[in-house]
Order: sequence, then structure tokens, then C-alpha cells
Amino acid sequence: MKRSVFLGTVAAAGLVAGYAGAGTLDDVKARDQLICGVNIGLTGFGAPDANGNYQGFDVALCKALAAAILKDANKVKYVGTSGETRFTALASGEVDVLIRNSTWTYSRDTDLKFDFAAVNYYDGQGFMVKKELGVSSAKELNGATICIQTGTTTELNLADYFKGNNMTYTPVTIQDDAEGQRQYVAGGCDAYTTDASGLAAIRATLPDRDNHIILPEIVSKEPLGPLVRHGDNNWGDIVRWTFYALVAAEEYGVTSANVEETASSTQNPEVKRLLGVEGDLGAMMGLDKDWAKRAIAASGNYGEIFEANIGAATPIGLARGLNAQWTQGGLLYAPPFR
Amino acid sequence: MALASEQTRDAFRLSMLVYDTRFRSWTIQIVVLVLVALAFSWLVHNLVTNLAAKGKDIDFGFLWTRAGYDINQRLVAYTNDSTHARALLIGLLNTLLVASIGCALATILGVVVGILRLSRNWLIGRLMTVYVEVFRNIPVLLWILLVYVILTEVTPPPNAFKVVEGKEPLARMWLDGSVAVTNRGTNIPEPLFSRSLGNIDLGIFLVSLDLLAIIAVLAGSFFLNRLVVRAAAVRQEATGIRPATWWKSVLIWVLPVVALLYALGFHLAYPVFKGFNFQGGIQVLHSFTALLIALTIYTGAFIAEAVRAGVQAISRGQTEAAYALGLPAGRTMRLVILPQALRVIIPPLISQYLNLTKNTSLAIAVSYMDLRGTLGGITLNQTGRELEAMLLLMGIYLVISLIISSVMNIYNNAVRLKER
Repeated sequence: MKRSVFLGTVAAAGLVAGYAGAGTLDDVKARDQLICGVNIGLTGFGAPDANGNYQGFDVALCKALAAAILKDANKVKYVGTSGETRFTALASGEVDVLIRNSTWTYSRDTDLKFDFAAVNYYDGQGFMVKKELGVSSAKELNGATICIQTGTTTELNLADYFKGNNMTYTPVTIQDDAEGQRQYVAGGCDAYTTDASGLAAIRATLPDRDNHIILPEIVSKEPLGPLVRHGDNNWGDIVRWTFYALVAAEEYGVTSANVEETASSTQNPEVKRLLGVEGDLGAMMGLDKDWAKRAIAASGNYGEIFEANIGAATPIGLARGLNAQWTQGGLLYAPPFR
Repeated sequence: MALASEQTRDAFRLSMLVYDTRFRSWTIQIVVLVLVALAFSWLVHNLVTNLAAKGKDIDFGFLWTRAGYDINQRLVAYTNDSTHARALLIGLLNTLLVASIGCALATILGVVVGILRLSRNWLIGRLMTVYVEVFRNIPVLLWILLVYVILTEVTPPPNAFKVVEGKEPLARMWLDGSVAVTNRGTNIPEPLFSRSLGNIDLGIFLVSLDLLAIIAVLAGSFFLNRLVVRAAAVRQEATGIRPATWWKSVLIWVLPVVALLYALGFHLAYPVFKGFNFQGGIQVLHSFTALLIALTIYTGAFIAEAVRAGVQAISRGQTEAAYALGLPAGRTMRLVILPQALRVIIPPLISQYLNLTKNTSLAIAVSYMDLRGTLGGITLNQTGRELEAMLLLMGIYLVISLIISSVMNIYNNAVRLKER
């Protein structure tokens, strides 16, 4: 009896609070700043450059979002989050959106009450070892000591992989990439495991990068993507479609350099709708007509962002692989803009 | 008289709640109580509202689901198929292990340093002052990290011990090939029993019967030894001559245990380098060693100050009286000064024990999987139950602290000055 009264009060209070709390878009507009949760320091994805400004593949999406919503790609406040603090930061409202190499999993989507807006990088977990160890396959790692970052899916995948292959290992649970890198370099562990993209990024920063190899086995699916709090669907739509605008832009050949010119000259009705020349798609989610145009102009389309931050020409040197357009044999597939 | 009785019959006025000293203290207390209750209910309401807004509830059911992660230091059986509650237990035991050994070592170090600081030898006194001031004025987290980095950076990697044909290995094991210090941990021999008595299953964990047997024999030796010492004391009372008991004590302590170990088939399994790491033996992780050393020397500095204060609180006359009776300096300290100083030392010592125990939660900085690392770290993150995990964590630390406090208080009551 008492319990049901209590729960009723909770529910009523929840309804009121839920109503008042909806509208991250309004909050962002009122603040005139987007608060973006990013990696504390993973070169290529989200890390401060020499001048202290955050740069990277994930950061570029923050900029595109700020450009789409606030008309200025620089109106972003970056909050560095560790693997351990990131979800609390998002759930508590400390950040508006979390774009931090976070794997889309069932329980994070449902139990943790988040919504993954899209997948901006299709990744998989790999292992990095020193060449002198003489290991060429993850299957030879039986008995090894392995560094893992706490609070990540890799922790669970690692346990599953070794169990599945009837092997044992000693985990060294570290708090962030920087400490993991120190331990790995100092020889505190034989192998370092995280998403293959993260390994490539870490390897790129090592002074003797040629002495380290990333083993060929990819032991898990790690779809990384931006996520928002569950329940604010409009805000989720904005993050999702801003990302797809960048993907579609690459598909149709719209780049940061030619976006203005394309908008005036294009004959493709889909591109016209995307760039706000025809119809008013932006209004459907509370933005203006030119939102996608500004998002693309901020750091370029998906392909440009990829090549500038983590592509073959950068020290990280990742191939497009699964992250190519569907027309190129990859998995990137933007739903139609109509 | 008449005036006073008239005053008590005065009608109660509201202003008396503030101006009348008979009511004022009540008024203040009630107002404060209401304010505290309001603040508390506001906090709880805030929490409940925000949880409901996020669609979250308070549910401890996650404790019984599969944990799915591995832990490198396990005092009792655990695999990644165990539950989160089991992982909590592993973390709790790791916390208690480092806290209990830390408290013991810090006490020994603190007592020695505290007494040496009073030494009339200028060099020793100053050295101890430097130790105390350096260690207690720098945050313990920095000491933990420093010790850990030193341990991991100056020691050789495990594969330096690899024996290759015709080549001298880069590093050698110590103590006749039984101990190897690598940059991951210290590998020491493991005691094994070839005619083991087996284990009893307590439901939560297994208890080794061999260990119980050894403890029982040691306890027997302890009581036997006490009898011998008492008999010697009685003899001394009667005749004034104390018979030599040391050889009896040694026999009583050593013989039964050696006999038992022989009966159980005691032998040591040496760690051997195989594959990536040392196999066999016990690996004492550097994260544990670093945490233990740092907490010991940090808390030891505080305890040293408490001991010094306690010793200095005993009047000089006690020492002089002891000297006058012909007691040497060491015995004066052990038999006269320290027992009296304990009364002053114990209360601050309790809070140092509590501090040390709570400081073990810094373990995650060196990847030591204590309670904060398992329940407050990995479990919290994998299940997303921040509130529940934090409440549990706070509750457990509170209970540990209260237990330490009450045990030490019982001891304090036993040694304190009894007034008759």
C-alpha cells in the first residue's frame, strides 16, 4: 500500500520532470553552445592538438553538429571523458551528446537508457604486440598478460575470446589509454587490446612504431557511434541526420569546397533537398533550411573527415575498409533525404 | 519568593520561545531538526525525480547476473562466469588484504620511527624527522604512483629470464632460483602439500584444512608455551631465580609444526619461466606491492607522530624512576613508558587505521583490483547501475570502518587508565 503510493508519487514526479527535461535542442540553443563528450586523448579520433584545441574524427562530427544547430562550428565545448566516466557524463546531462569511440551494444541501448544515433565507424577489437615477442596470431597469446581499459566492451570480449579458444591470460585493468600505453611500452603487459582503430592511433604515436604489430585477428564487432540520452527523440534525430548528411554528401560528391556551388548548380533533386534548395527538411526537426550545408562546410563530408584525421595519408593510416560507401563495398549507407 | 512564584504562573507567550532560556534551546533544536529534515527530503525527492525522468529504477538484481570480466588477483575462486556479487567479494577481499597488512606494517614502522625520533643520537633523530615530514606532506596518491613506476621501470621483463641455449639470460632469479622479480610482479614459491587434507566448502569459498591444522597446532603451541612461561614465573616468585625457558619455547614452537608439515608432505613449487610469464609459484603483483609500500610509509609517518606524542606525554619522572630501579633504557621503554603511552596513542591510531583503509580505494591508479576497482569500476560501468554500486560501496566502506573503530575501541577500553 505504502509502496504503491510511493511509486505513484515517483511516477507523477517523473512525468512532470520528463516533460520539463525534454528538449536538449532548446537547451543547446539557449546556451548557444554544444557540449560534446569526447575522448580525453586518442590521436586521430579526439585529442587536443599542440594549441590545446580538440581535433579528430569524432570531434569533426561535434563541429558539424554545432554548425548545423548554432550556425558556428566553433560553438562547442569539449568535455574529455574516460571509458569509465563517459556514460555517467551523458546520463547526468553533463554533455549533450557523446561521440567517443563508444560501441553500440544492446544493453547500452536499452538498459543504460541511451540511443545510438548512427554508426560513424565500423570497428573490431584487435591486439597489438611488440615484434620481439615473436607472435603472429592472437591464438598464440595463451598465458599472456594483456592490458585492457576498464569500463569497455573490450574487457568482456577479451574474456569471451580467450574462453572460446580455451586459453588463459592475466588482465591488467588500466584506467585510460595514456596509462595503458605507458604500461604496454614499459613491458607491464605483453599485448594491448582495444578497438583496431584505437590501436592504430596509439601505434602512430609510438616513437618506435615499426617495432609493434597489430595482430590480424579481429575478435569482435565494434560499431562505434554517437549516442544521446534515451527519450529525447528529436535531439537523437538531429544527431542521426546530421551524420547521414555528411555520409550522403560524400555519396553525391558534395565537399566542403564545392558545397555552395553545388547548391546553386545541382540538378539532383535529392541533393537539392539535402542542401535546402528545395523543400524545408530542416524545419521538420527544428532547424533552418541550410543546416546540412553548414554541417558539410564545417569539416567536409564523411570521406574528407576520414582522410583528414585517420586516413591513409595520416600517421594513423587506416584504410576505409568497412567504412567505405555502400557503392564502394563498404557499410556506409545513408537513408534517403525526403 | 513571592516574586518567583508569580513569574512561574505567568501565561505562556509566543515570544518566550525565543527570549526565555527554558524554551530557547528546544526552539533552536526543533527548528534545526525541521531544516535538516527538509534538506534531506529535498535531496531524496531530487534523486527520485531525476531517476524517474531518466526511466531508471533502483534495483540490486544486477548483482546476481554473470560478471563476464576477469580479475588478476583472486584470493578465492572466481572466473568470468561468476556473478557480480562474487566480483564484489573478490574486490572486498583484495581491499581487506592490503588494508590489514598495511595497518600491521604501518604500526610497526610508526612505533619504531616514533621512538627513534626521540633518540638522543642527532643523526637518527633528524633522519626520522625528515622521513616523517617528507612522507606526510605529500599526497599518498603520488607515493603510490611513484613506488609503482619505480617497481615496474627498474625491473626486467619476464622474458629476460628466458634461458636460451649457449646464452646467459639477461636476468637471474634470486635465492637459489626461487624468487624472480619482473616488471609485473614478484614471483615467489608456492607452499604445496602432497598429502593434503583437502578443503571444506563453506558455500562461499573453500577453506584449506591444511591451513586450519597448522593454525590449530600453532594455537596449541601458544598455550603450551604460556604454561611454561607461567611456571617459570611462579618459580621466580618463589626462589628469586628464573629458570632458562628459551630452549623449551623454541622446541614447543618449532617441533609440532615441523612434524605436521612433514606429515602433510610440505614442499615448495618454484616459479618457472614458460611461454610469456612465470608459471607455478605465487605472483605478487606490483600493483599490490606498490599500494602496500606507499600506504605503509605514508600512514607510518602519521603513526610515528602519534607514538612520539604518546611517549612525550609520559612524565620524565617515570623514566627517572625506572633508571633508579636499575632498568636499562630498552626495558624502560618497553615495560614502563610504552604501556602508559598506549592510552594516548590508541585514539589517533584508530583514525590512522581508518585512513589507511579508505586510502586503499586509490588502488585503481595502479590497476589493483580492490572493491573500488571491481564493484565501483568495472561492474558499475558494465551494468550502468551507478547509484546502486555507489550506495553499496559507501555502505561497505562504512561497515569496515565501523568494525575497525569498534574493535579498536574495545582495545582502547582495555588499556586506558582505569579510575577507581
